[in-house]
Amino acid sequence: MGLPISQTLAPDGELVAAHDFTPEDLRGFHRDLVLARRIDSEAFALQRHGELGLWAPMLGQEAAQIGSGRALAPNDFVFPSYREHAVAWCRGLDPALLLGLFRGTSLGGWDPAQYGYALPAIIIGAQTLHAVGYGIGLTLEGKEDAVVTYFGDGATSQGDTNEAFAWAASYHAPVVFFCQNNHYAISIPLERQTRVPIAQRAAGFGFEGVRVDGNDVLAVHQVTSEALAKARSGGGPTLIEAVTYRMGAHTTSDDPSRYRDPHEADAWAERDPLLRLRTLLERTDPGFAEFDARVQAEADELGAHLRDVCRNLPDPDLAELFEHVYADLPPELVAQREEVRSWS
Amino acid sequence: MELSIGKALNAGLRAAMDDDAKVVLMGEDIGRLGGVFRVTDGLQKDFGDQRVMDTPLAESAIVGAAVGMAYRGFRPVVEIQFDGFVYPAYDQIVNQVARLRFRSEGAVKVPLVIRIPYGGGIGAVEHHSESPEAQFVMTPGLTVVTPSNAHDAFWMMRQAIASDDPVIFLEPKQRYWDTGEVGDEAGIGLHQSRVAREGSDVTVVGYGPVVKTCLAAADEAEASLEVIDLRSLSPLDLGPVMDSVKRTGRVVVVHEAARTLGLGAELATRITQECFYSLEAPVQRVTGYDMPYPPCRVEHDHLPSVERILDAVDVTGEF
Repeated sequence: MGLPISQTLAPDGELVAAHDFTPEDLRGFHRDLVLARRIDSEAFALQRHGELGLWAPMLGQEAAQIGSGRALAPNDFVFPSYREHAVAWCRGLDPALLLGLFRGTSLGGWDPAQYGYALPAIIIGAQTLHAVGYGIGLTLEGKEDAVVTYFGDGATSQGDTNEAFAWAASYHAPVVFFCQNNHYAISIPLERQTRVPIAQRAAGFGFEGVRVDGNDVLAVHQVTSEALAKARSGGGPTLIEAVTYRMGAHTTSDDPSRYRDPHEADAWAERDPLLRLRTLLERTDPGFAEFDARVQAEADELGAHLRDVCRNLPDPDLAELFEHVYADLPPELVAQREEVRSWS
Repeated sequence: MELSIGKALNAGLRAAMDDDAKVVLMGEDIGRLGGVFRVTDGLQKDFGDQRVMDTPLAESAIVGAAVGMAYRGFRPVVEIQFDGFVYPAYDQIVNQVARLRFRSEGAVKVPLVIRIPYGGGIGAVEHHSESPEAQFVMTPGLTVVTPSNAHDAFWMMRQAIASDDPVIFLEPKQRYWDTGEVGDEAGIGLHQSRVAREGSDVTVVGYGPVVKTCLAAADEAEASLEVIDLRSLSPLDLGPVMDSVKRTGRVVVVHEAARTLGLGAELATRITQECFYSLEAPVQRVTGYDMPYPPCRVEHDHLPSVERILDAVDVTGEF
């Protein structure tokens, strides 16, 4: 029904559409996909070892995130949700920074301006409005940059997301709405969120919606690049629906076997975003085996780095946290800070 | 200069916009109409529709978009048209606006002012007469202030816009048309309370729209009432309150909001903790009742009146 799904690289590793990527680009995507998956699997393991209180796995969504994340320019700005680990990787955040939130040593703790990457929103859809405001700001300043906000299929049921669509259209804001349709909002399936393909909703707000195979890193990159170019040149917002699948649980706290048919996940495993690019490279890139060995070694190093950093993340000093509640610490909070100190 | 509170707020907004090009106004009907109370009257004409933006009707979006603009370095001032309409934006205010500085360990500033005409007494329909201040006072990270006169309306607006913290700016809508002298200097800081009238027998503490009622009560009272105007509800400046209570030993707290867990509950606790040996009588409260704001034909029985304040003053004298 409705919009077609863009695809460049089929699940069997065959190219089904033209592209402009160089062999080096393809290797770069492969490296990103492998390292992103390692960040996710290491964090998952750290949670199972009790080092993290929680983790939101992105297994299966690497191509949607790397494809879009690598399309961004340095001056673009991202308003993410809490599962965009690979986008954060593309923005240059040390993945260790992502662990603090899940270990309970920080609530974010990086400077968004440094990375062009806002603090993750845990309240579903809240960040879509921040992106619109940022986009309006860009317009007021006459800047030719773009802003991207990430959210899931569940967020499309939220008022904030729909308000963001309406506002972005109204102000012709340079916003790319990037929906990772991973088919589940915790346990609630896509069918309960919407009766039409998500991308189709954009038309009702007056802007373009596109669907892309979210497990095809090349197609995602292409579609996102086009949406960003349009935003930067005054063409207004775009809603991208990356059709993908969350292979694991919503978070480490839930159990997908209670709400999903196992055959469904098996079918999606055949569309693994890493496998299809690997198949292409093995067939077309003579030096790939050697390159891949280096990437795997790099992944091992990254994994070790994460394990090491995670266990050594310092607990914050509760008394010092008072400094960040207000720009100027009110006397009452000074007193409460001293109360905390009196107990330490 | 003699101005109404509404005109003083308008002048405060205008001065802040003249001072800083990053100050941007957003809200429903604030541009061509000048706001339903005309507080932004003429500003779009003079500053253009890029700095005074009429927005779609969506409170969560008004505040949420302002957060994004703050990320970009703007100083947005948004209008929520009426107090009861703030709740659709409550999530953005409590979960985003109030916490971003804390979550980012100081990296993200949210110099956002959320203007809310609040309180009753104008014969309005449902959702147009609420006093939601306690909902914001109990949220760390927010500053909550309310002027009670034209001078404060002008200067507190300027101070609120200059603040790097998000400010809930409650405008006592019943008093928009009251006039008063606006002086050349702010006098005191945004977060300071003040003695509105000196007295020696009973301390009456109020803020926003009820300050005028408290002063009227002081005019009529046989006892000598000291009236404190809190001005800042979060953070609270209790110095002048405590100084006064230590002299009078008797306190009446007045607000329009419902009684249970209203600001009066906090004030009574703090006064009891810090002035226990000075107190001659238990702290009395004159407040709205614990019901949804009633139909306006009976709102004057619901709102604190001179008579109810004087009665509470009498009660404190019976101990």
